[in-house]
Amino acid sequence: MHIVVCIKQVPDSAQIRIHPVTNTIMRQGVPAIINPYDLFSLEEALRIRDQTGARVTVLCMGPPMAEQALRKALSLGATDAVLLTDRKFAGSDTLATSFALVSAINKLSAEEPVDMVFCGKQTVDGDTAQVGPGISTRLGLQQLTYIEKVESVDLEKREITVHRRSEGGVQVLKTSLPCMITMLENTNTMRFGTMDDMFRAARYKLNLWSKDDTNCDETKVGLKGSPTVVSKVFVPKPRAEKSKFIEGDTPEAQAQAAIDTIFGAQPKLAEDLMSAR
Amino acid sequence: MVEKFDAIVIGAGPSGNAATYTLAKAGLNVLQLERGEYPGAKNVQGGIMYAAELERIIPDFREDCPTERHIIEQRIWLLGDDSYIGTNYRSDAFNTDKPNRYTIIRANIDKWWGEKIREAGALQICETTVTELIRNESGRVIGVRTDRVGGEIHADVVIMADGVNALLAKRGGLQKEVAPENVALAVKEIMFIDPAMIEQRFGLKDEEGVVIEIMGKVTKGMVGTAFLYTNKESLTIGIGCLISDFKSGDCTPYKMLEDLKKHPVIAPLIEGAEMKEYAAHMIPEGGYKAVPQLFGDGWMVVGDAAHFNNAAHREGSNLAMASGRMAAETVIEMKKAGKAMSAANLATYKAKLDDSFIMKDLKKYRNLPGIMHENKQFFGAYPDLLNAAAHNLFTVDSVDKKTKENEIMKSFVKKRSPFGLVGDAFKLMRAFR
Ligand SMILES: Cc1cc2nc3c(=O)[nH]c(=O)nc-3n(C[C@H](O)[C@H](O)[C@H](O)COP(=O)(O)OP(=O)(O)OC[C@H]3O[C@@H](n4cnc5c(N)ncnc54)[C@H](O)[C@@H]3O)c2cc1C
Ligand SMILES: Cc1cc2nc3c(=O)[nH]c(=O)nc-3n(C[C@H](O)[C@H](O)[C@H](O)COP(=O)(O)OP(=O)(O)OC[C@H]3O[C@@H](n4cnc5c(N)ncnc54)[C@H](O)[C@@H]3O)c2cc1C
Repeated sequence: MHIVVCIKQVPDSAQIRIHPVTNTIMRQGVPAIINPYDLFSLEEALRIRDQTGARVTVLCMGPPMAEQALRKALSLGATDAVLLTDRKFAGSDTLATSFALVSAINKLSAEEPVDMVFCGKQTVDGDTAQVGPGISTRLGLQQLTYIEKVESVDLEKREITVHRRSEGGVQVLKTSLPCMITMLENTNTMRFGTMDDMFRAARYKLNLWSKDDTNCDETKVGLKGSPTVVSKVFVPKPRAEKSKFIEGDTPEAQAQAAIDTIFGAQPKLAEDLMSAR
Repeated sequence: MVEKFDAIVIGAGPSGNAATYTLAKAGLNVLQLERGEYPGAKNVQGGIMYAAELERIIPDFREDCPTERHIIEQRIWLLGDDSYIGTNYRSDAFNTDKPNRYTIIRANIDKWWGEKIREAGALQICETTVTELIRNESGRVIGVRTDRVGGEIHADVVIMADGVNALLAKRGGLQKEVAPENVALAVKEIMFIDPAMIEQRFGLKDEEGVVIEIMGKVTKGMVGTAFLYTNKESLTIGIGCLISDFKSGDCTPYKMLEDLKKHPVIAPLIEGAEMKEYAAHMIPEGGYKAVPQLFGDGWMVVGDAAHFNNAAHREGSNLAMASGRMAAETVIEMKKAGKAMSAANLATYKAKLDDSFIMKDLKKYRNLPGIMHENKQFFGAYPDLLNAAAHNLFTVDSVDKKTKENEIMKSFVKKRSPFGLVGDAFKLMRAFR
């Protein structure tokens, strides 16, 4: 069995600051970390590995410094690591990112067929939650998002049973492999690697793959392959509005006062709602 | 299977880095273990870095070492309640190709060292805490145990570079607990500020920097010093006093730093700067008399863990690097000669130290810690008297100069008595000789 875990290296958003003078984002000195959501996926994959002896390959697209993220994943127990790195990938949006990752997963599949792809629910910098579904759509994988727990994997029948959180409850889903899973946060606790893992991670000869190594279509990656347009980046101004206390002697009076206040501030809304009635 | 190395270095501060790098460059199989998430994650330094020692180990370090500013001006200030009296030295001659002192941000430097160390062929493993030394039946140190599963690792020699707490040596019974009057606790902040503002306030251009070393009233009579350093786009401000004084005094380090930041001569320099990072760390200040046993069968101790710190000159990292290098050179020499890492052979390390500025300087100032500890007037009364004297002298109020001088003299005698004044002069001489 072969599991691929996609991890992204992101700036530690808890430590990002806005420059007091220039108002720009200060990345200087902000440590780069593995996207926190991806660690829940990695741990879940490692748990499957513990039971089945699967090979767990971590895959990351990013600049050369993303090597740190992959070594960290190895030190936590991953079997292999691939860094997809090429100037031609720079500027990829979610569409292009999932395309590039898919070409790498195809190459990995040629080595040993991939049965599961894990992604984080979303990243803390891009936050779109689109890359995982982008991968599963392209590869025709069963798509399992918002998973809390992998209940069981049946290698004979090539079936997987998972718990998926949904509004109002938990769904228990069974589907066939291969599949793509995004894990919810706080569903497991990342392990502490062994001393052997640490040695292996420090000595591991990382696989660096370029665009050509993965045979991917140049027009579908990087800026060229990215239809997303960033029109503006700005720091939202803190809102200066004061909070208002809604008062009234009875619940009905309070409700009326609340409605009056809202409609007072949004006459258009009042009109639309009233005419809809 | 238990892994075995020629040497294990515990800690990735300047002392451990110097040792690891030197060993790796000589082709030895060396493992460096660091508990921080990455090198520098846990480290604190003012900091001024002195180039000479680093240059000796990595001659072309200036090519890519992430220093902040090279220092062209040194100020020494004695603070009164709302004033300072002090000296400045500034020289354009400090603007050379190879400056001697730089301000640095330790986390950046330690990361840079990490790359150099890996390039040199050593194995550096972070996020791994050494929990104890492993010894054989005869008591010889043969390796270490870490906090990870399967954490036993062996080596011919273990170099302890684990910093001021020196927990491993203490746990292993190789060092005694450090007395509270031999350690200072320092707190500092890195504050972001527009580089243009730094340059304007301190009269600097390009990568020029200023350091201000501070003594006086803000330590509330405790034995301690403060500092303000200019980085590229931040200022570092800090203050530290002996732990024994903090214990008996009623001021916390944090409060002291707040007072320093509000002091009328400091506040305008840091105005508009935003706090980015707050850190606290201990500094070994017991000097020569506090230096522990430095080597034994299969082990050596370097840097802060060996109490190598020159408080009078605010030097620490250079002693750390030099001692790390000397320990490594000792191992290399023994290895070449096919000799065992026994206490008798590792005594070479001590001989190297004795022959260097480390032991010579520590010895020179051996009386300083004791004298400062017992004579708090150097931190309270004198800064006050000198500031008052300056104020008196520089106020032109039609009082004749002779009377003014008499008044100043009287204020000194009243505070310290003639006997006290002469005694203090002798004490200072003894402390610095
Ligand atoms: C408005 C906007 C503007 C942007 N502008 C730019 C730009 O100008 N230039 C630029 O370079 N980028 C830009 N990006 C970033 C880039 O589009 C995304 O970071 C990238 O495509 C991944 O999307 P995401 O971070 O939202 O990931 P998500 O879809 O939230 O990630 C889900 C999961 O997919 C996997 N994953 C995502 N990215 C990777 C990766 N690189 N390697 C391995 N696994 C991965 C991880 O498992 C992750 O948890 C922009 C993003 C947004 C939202
Ligand atoms: C506020 C302040 C200002 C200073 N200013 C200056 C200055 O301006 N100039 C100067 O030269 N010096 C200065 N110093 C002193 C200087 O920082 C130290 O002398 C120097 O850092 C000592 O280096 P070291 O390698 O011995 O120890 P450290 O730098 O303390 O490094 C020890 C390392 O060992 C690791 N470690 C500890 N225990 C373990 C374990 N069990 N297992 C694994 N790893 C472990 C730690 O995480 C750490 O990385 C200052 C110190 C302070 C606190």
